Amino acid sequence: MTGKTLYDKLWDTHVVRSDADGTALIYIDRHLVHEVTSPQAFEGLRLAGRKPWRADSILATPDHNVPTTGREQGITDPVARLQVETLDQNCAKFGITEFKMNDLRQGIVHVISPEEGATLPGMTVVCGDSHTSTHGAFGALAHGIGTSEVEHVLATQCLLQKKSKNMRVNVDGKTGAGVTAKDIVLAIIGEIGTAGGTGYAIEFAGEAIRNLSMEGRMTVCNMAIEAGARAGMVAVDDKTIDYVRGRPYAPAGAMWERAVAAWRELHSDADALFDQEVHIDATTIRPQVTWGTSPEMVVPVDGRVPDPQQEPDPVRREGMERALAYMGLEPGMPITAIRPDKVFIGSCTNGRIEDLRAAAEAVRGRKVAAGIKQALVVPGSGLVKRQAEQEGLDRIFIEAGFEWRDPGCSMCLAMNADRLEPGERCASTSNRNFEGRQGQGGRTHLVSPAMAAAAAVTGHFVDVRQMNQE
Amino acid sequence: MEKFSIIDGIVAPLDRANVDTDAIIPKQFLKSIQRTGFGPNLFDEWRYLDSGEPGMDNSNRPLNPDFVLNQPRYQGAQILLARDNFGCGSSREHAPWALLDYGFRVIIAPGFADIFYNNCFKNGILPVVLDAEVVDQLFNEVAAQPGYRLKVDLQAQAVTTPDGTVHPFPVDAFRKHCLLNGLDDIGLTLQHADEIRAYEARRREQAPWLFSDMT
Repeated sequence: MTGKTLYDKLWDTHVVRSDADGTALIYIDRHLVHEVTSPQAFEGLRLAGRKPWRADSILATPDHNVPTTGREQGITDPVARLQVETLDQNCAKFGITEFKMNDLRQGIVHVISPEEGATLPGMTVVCGDSHTSTHGAFGALAHGIGTSEVEHVLATQCLLQKKSKNMRVNVDGKTGAGVTAKDIVLAIIGEIGTAGGTGYAIEFAGEAIRNLSMEGRMTVCNMAIEAGARAGMVAVDDKTIDYVRGRPYAPAGAMWERAVAAWRELHSDADALFDQEVHIDATTIRPQVTWGTSPEMVVPVDGRVPDPQQEPDPVRREGMERALAYMGLEPGMPITAIRPDKVFIGSCTNGRIEDLRAAAEAVRGRKVAAGIKQALVVPGSGLVKRQAEQEGLDRIFIEAGFEWRDPGCSMCLAMNADRLEPGERCASTSNRNFEGRQGQGGRTHLVSPAMAAAAAVTGHFVDVRQMNQE
Repeated sequence: MEKFSIIDGIVAPLDRANVDTDAIIPKQFLKSIQRTGFGPNLFDEWRYLDSGEPGMDNSNRPLNPDFVLNQPRYQGAQILLARDNFGCGSSREHAPWALLDYGFRVIIAPGFADIFYNNCFKNGILPVVLDAEVVDQLFNEVAAQPGYRLKVDLQAQAVTTPDGTVHPFPVDAFRKHCLLNGLDDIGLTLQHADEIRAYEARRREQAPWLFSDMT
């Protein structure tokens, strides 16, 4: 008998029952809830006279809709306010722990759960949000679900699922200086495509992944969904365990020792078989910049905007032409000639302390360039914000001309007031460059925090590794 | 959930790959706490020439005449013909809610994003996967024949074209059963409540740290 993959192990330990056609009932250990995808689920519970199966498994916070400035005035948009108040009421009614808007621990749900130790290795984690794949960085099985499934998990603590196939993406060798987790994952998506992971759970492995911090692994797993995979994951190692130790909801004492012993098993066995294996040479990865309207439309910063005429597939060619027209770019244009109007540093992809440190390092002693209309730094949580302030990062950003905001999803999806105007171009550390994602008509270029910061201070995309030579 | 048996309806072609759920229903409409009323804002940024906001009277907004759903020949369409990786991106169930509210009961594509595919079944929409070549052929037929219809039979797992060609499609037995009967899967799962409790009791012994209490 062959060994098991990490995904096999996580799956097997969570199957409550399975049917002949392979549909299984999977037990959910941690349920994260935010204001946008939960109101209809709570309403469904109420209409059916049900209540949460395990309220103690749930952590809730408002993140998508909350303003990132002027919070003392509350939420001025009445529609957004009603949604956040609805979350508050549902949590109060059902006894669910919620970090409310003005709680220091509030933030983007995928930032706060690991921060609190609410995400633990070996767990199943779900949330009505596709970027739940983030939590796979802890050797957990984590994925986004729809609102009907939110209601299903609330009511039954389980999900109905069929098992995905196993894919391993090996990022072999070491990345060069200035190449970050974001560049790794964008390079992976550029390689396998936005549907490359559809139907799979992806395990990220290899030296370059092992060398990443937990923050970096979260960035990579966060964007597994951008490669089509509902779940991304990384095996547990010392870094995982060191990160979790001492966090508020992590086990302690004798329980901690027992847990760690179990977590040490959370890796793929040496003889495990994968349905697909992908190899990427880390030494060839350069800082990445997306040029189009899908995360797979990505090139290295020293590259050029591609020419659709070189694309043989007609559907792809048309997609490229449409993307270039939307983005206002010409084929053959050097990426470094692209000049953003706005810069956004934040999101569940890149709103953690390490991201802010990397961005601050590129900004230190410089000023936001004259052509940049707005440069935002939105920490992923109140605790990240406090930590950054303790390290003096806020001063670096503010002195350079950045705005230092309160935590939330902000301009990643522009549900609040932070958005692009039609035609505006943004260097963004978020995860999606879809048409209209950051505001109707807005043009998004996905980059790492250091690359976004470098674009902010030079006024155009620039290889952060060479910035000091300018 | 409404039962699904056979839909014999007009087909509207949406000829672009990687249609994401942000395009299907833009974020500003996600502030609603209802499940219904999203239809007028389906594909809002492609469908209208102005900028849509919640609470607008959509009947007075300028339509984009180039967008496929605004063309007279596709009015009343119940079947959306699409390209690969339809429904990628955000997990928002508002996307199938908007498609359903507009009137679509079937989406045909060479491939769907996983979360979206799953969300469709929870809302009485049947996502049908056909080979890319077949989908290509259907796009050609729709373009060539105004009023083009398809018959989609879930029980038989077959799409039938006007000339009688039958294209079989796969669907999971469990999902098919729920959709055919309009079943609430929470009710079905709760029939196994004892098994869930037994699992919980066992896991609390094996891995008590997984039950860390958030309250």
